[in-house]
Amino acid sequence: MEAFELLLQGFLTLMTVQKLALMMVGLILGVFVGVLPGLGGPNGVAILLPLTFSMDPTSAIVMLSCLYWGALFGGAITSILFNIPGEAWSVATTFDGYPMAQKGQAAQALTAAFTSSFIGSLVAVILITFLAPRIADFALKFGPPEFFAVYLLTFCSFVGLGREEKHKIVISLTLGLLLTGIGMDTVSGQLRMTFGFTDLLRGINFLVAVIGLFGISEILVTMEESLALRGHAARINPKVVWQTWKTLPRYWITITRSAFIGCWLGITPGGAIAASFMGYNLAKRFARDKESFGKGRIDGVLAPETAAHAAGTSALLPMLALGIPGSGTAAILLGGLLVWGLNPGPLLFVEHKEFVWGTIASMYLGNIVGLVLVLSTVPLFAAVLRVPFAAIAPMIVVSCAIGAYAIQNAMFDIWLMLGFGLLGYVFKKLDYPLAPLTLALVLGSRTEDAFRLSMIGAAGDLRVFWSNGLVGTITTLALVLLFWPMIGRAFEHARKLMHPARKAT
Amino acid sequence: MQQNAQPAPEDDRPIAKSRSVDLVVLLLLLALACLLGWDSARVGNAWGDDGPQAGYFPFYLSVLMGAACIFGLARLFAASGHTADGFITRHQFVRVMQVFVPTLAFVIVTEFLGLYVASFLLVAGFMWWIGGMALWKSVLTSFLFAAAMFLTFEIAFNVIMPKGPLEAVFGF
Repeated sequence: MEAFELLLQGFLTLMTVQKLALMMVGLILGVFVGVLPGLGGPNGVAILLPLTFSMDPTSAIVMLSCLYWGALFGGAITSILFNIPGEAWSVATTFDGYPMAQKGQAAQALTAAFTSSFIGSLVAVILITFLAPRIADFALKFGPPEFFAVYLLTFCSFVGLGREEKHKIVISLTLGLLLTGIGMDTVSGQLRMTFGFTDLLRGINFLVAVIGLFGISEILVTMEESLALRGHAARINPKVVWQTWKTLPRYWITITRSAFIGCWLGITPGGAIAASFMGYNLAKRFARDKESFGKGRIDGVLAPETAAHAAGTSALLPMLALGIPGSGTAAILLGGLLVWGLNPGPLLFVEHKEFVWGTIASMYLGNIVGLVLVLSTVPLFAAVLRVPFAAIAPMIVVSCAIGAYAIQNAMFDIWLMLGFGLLGYVFKKLDYPLAPLTLALVLGSRTEDAFRLSMIGAAGDLRVFWSNGLVGTITTLALVLLFWPMIGRAFEHARKLMHPARKAT
Repeated sequence: MQQNAQPAPEDDRPIAKSRSVDLVVLLLLLALACLLGWDSARVGNAWGDDGPQAGYFPFYLSVLMGAACIFGLARLFAASGHTADGFITRHQFVRVMQVFVPTLAFVIVTEFLGLYVASFLLVAGFMWWIGGMALWKSVLTSFLFAAAMFLTFEIAFNVIMPKGPLEAVFGF
């Protein structure tokens, strides 16, 4: 087994005191970030990214990905004990988790949540271990037209499958793409959309935008809602953990289903949020008594948590193998890779083996250590929420500013962050989706480069996107997804036409 | 928090409708689309011999964004009167401003006094003035916070932040 050997090597790279220490730091910070409302996975990673600039890439990604696992675990604590989802993907966990806490079963709910998250991630990591090398092999065949087709597919799937109003998705997407165009054009060297401002020459860094869009705007939203924190106490002892674990095998169907949904939605850019809701809804649909959902059922906690973590973890697969992030946090990690001087994509697997497999090994280790850590320290983290928001809010603002400044050492970026904070706040309130904007900011310039390189290669002939089976399939799929709502309606229509016809005969 | 306990009835009236805010946002975005589109046309939005020119992508993206804005505006006018849900109440607006104004002040102060002094002032001021906490508690917490940030970023990780006269006194 080649994958197995490489994985073993990955574990060996991790076995240094420094890396293990960074893992712990990452996990603890991550749980904090997940517990605090107003901070979340994406911001936490974005804000701490500057800390890693002076580290070697493997240590850096180990710390940041552990932060990500920590945030995934932390979201469950606040959902269950305080009925406040620390993260959007833990909203579905509150449906049954909080009622369980109200019934005095907080410890069971937390154990179930942590364990199922662990299982979800584990399934996804195993998937990554065996799938990543194959995808990378496959992706080595990719040239600029194929890459452009894949980016197009990503954007089209947002527009076609997104649940928000279509014009809002298009606005969010095009705005992001336009913002990445600002600055020097990489192909011709011309200046675009800078209007003579020297600060705009560098272009708009997407990390600055993300810190504003998620960090600052989240503070504004949280402040507006004025949190009344009234939580349940919880202490987890080994007996409860063991008893809860004994009941889990009964729910294996729910867990397997959720893990599958999670992996699927994580790889395609559906993300952890959609996965957690889908996991919950399907568990409810297939349950024998649907009425008891929402009143504190343990599988109501298991289903969304497994799915969210499977999605959160498997979102890293397309990032490593193709350079396309499956989630917001993966997008920021991708930004990190670029800063550390690595080029995400299939070549990463050839040129930086120890980095890739170190990362994958840290996913296994980080999840196991994370599970033990959260099970043993829940009371401590629950206490964090009793710290007044008036003390936390300004500290988060400062952390955001530090993060924004450190990326390019530019004061202008702090102003930009503030602007994006306002934009994010207004967009959130008006139901404009932020995910397409973020994704466009990450992928925008690479999409354009891929397109223009394909055009140079094909002497301006658009048929290059259908020049072979691979690229043709992807491009066609992208267009199908873009017009999916119309195609779906056409099918519906056709079926209705068929139906009376069948009756008549 | 305490404000929640006494929601005066006049405070819960929305001061802006979602519809009007959406209208303003769409008009601003439309203006942005026109501006960016105009600039891209200036750079060159034609299809050259070897593919698109520098302004080609931005130009058509602006057109697309403009079109989406116009579509959004049309929908707003078509659905006039139906959607009367509020964007923000006076009460909420005050609270949002309680964070936004200090943050704005923080960025301005950072320009002159450096980030660490500004963050000390922000945390202490916010805790004392808006959080209503004891002055000594606020000052102590924010001093420890600013010091910890300085040690972490400036000393341990060598990440340089904007600094002002105070740091210069100590030789940084």
